[in-house]
Amino acid sequence: MKGKKDNIVLIGGSAGSLLLITEILENLPARLDYALCIIIHRSSTFSSEIEKSLSIKLNRPVIAITDKTPIKNGIIYFAPPGYHILIDPPGTFALDSSEHVNYAKPSIDVLFESCAQIYGQYCTAFLLSGANADGARGLKAIEEFGGKTFIQNPSDALIETMPISGIQESRLSTILKNQDIIRYFSDNLQLS
Amino acid sequence: MVGLKKSEFISFSDLDEVVYLLKNISEFDLTGYSKSSLKRRIERFLSMEKMDLVDLKSAILNIDGFENYFIQELMVNVTEMFRDPQFFRQLKAKTFPYLQTYPQLRIWSAGCATGEEAYSLAILLKENNLLNRSFIYGTDVSLKALDFARKGVYPLAKIKSYTDNFNKAGLASEFSSHYTAMYDAAIINNEYRNKILFSTHNLVSDHVFNEFQLILCRNVMIYFDKELQEHVLQLFYESLALFGFLCLGSKESLYGHAIKDRFKVIDSNLNIYQKVK
Repeated sequence: MKGKKDNIVLIGGSAGSLLLITEILENLPARLDYALCIIIHRSSTFSSEIEKSLSIKLNRPVIAITDKTPIKNGIIYFAPPGYHILIDPPGTFALDSSEHVNYAKPSIDVLFESCAQIYGQYCTAFLLSGANADGARGLKAIEEFGGKTFIQNPSDALIETMPISGIQESRLSTILKNQDIIRYFSDNLQLS
Repeated sequence: MVGLKKSEFISFSDLDEVVYLLKNISEFDLTGYSKSSLKRRIERFLSMEKMDLVDLKSAILNIDGFENYFIQELMVNVTEMFRDPQFFRQLKAKTFPYLQTYPQLRIWSAGCATGEEAYSLAILLKENNLLNRSFIYGTDVSLKALDFARKGVYPLAKIKSYTDNFNKAGLASEFSSHYTAMYDAAIINNEYRNKILFSTHNLVSDHVFNEFQLILCRNVMIYFDKELQEHVLQLFYESLALFGFLCLGSKESLYGHAIKDRFKVIDSNLNIYQKVK
């Protein structure tokens, strides 16, 4: 089980989430006291383009997860297309190419559920815009293991299906407008 | 640890107990498997079979042959024909000029699951006039997957995406010339099936069984921890002829393994390596 020094923040999104994610990343403080892992549904045809262009744009390392990538504070990770992402104790990413979950690979549920069990209260997750119900069960698991969950306000989301599913499935999630989500990251609010 | 625990999750110590039981009563040792992925597979199995952990342990101990069924359901058999089309392009461009110089080619598709990769390779070899001097061994731990592979019959529903892959892999022929469609299935041409031997082999516990010029093991090692990966890489190293090629999955690499010094990197994105000493 993870200690206080090992916080992880997860952002899950699908269609309509990339713009907000880019804005979050552009407003991040220079120093992060947590690992940030972003998981979005995307086609495997354009595998590594996002990481490369973001890394240049943000002038900081943005890492595409590969087999057994260690999880470190201060680093931004992206889930690669075509694989589910899980977390192996004590703290490395593990890849899995099994069946799609919620028509998705990577599935947000798979990562969230795995992370919930390893990180417990030190896991924080955001669920953003998307056109299916992936991520909702994962939010519930994070809550049950003591973590914190946030959902993009459906009225702010380009596609509201995913946030609404998240709200229906989880009980304790905080619902945030876009500017509050960005401020949460830029002001390091998870540490308070 | 927080008290609230969803009943559908098992704990990591539960997982260890199942692995330990299985190791003691069968030839299957899952100790070196990646914990989170294996745990999720067991949870999936329990939910599909409507069993709980007590049922599972009792079944492992008391039901004859249960462990074979259980293992087959735990193994991930998801694969495609011409998966990662770019890989097949580079395999042809970067290894075939060398492989052409051998009078005979022995090829190993390790962890072949339901055989799609072995058949893809056979088609690629055929198109480059190498099939007549090649023989492919497809191995896996799952007997059920191997039975499926031997038949060479795939649902027509999947053929569309396989055709997309095929077209991106840069082959000159039509994909449809390599199989016969009947009702809702496609059967791979006999000439390919005759060039492949599908047989059981456990990368964890079995040994070198031949010498190969080419070994493909893609998206298998992701399920193993570092220690077991070392073991399997050593097995591949010993199974390769000098200057033979080893191909790993697109997210797997020799980086971080001591054995990488014995290989030359042929393609660092697609993880194609050549044994050089």
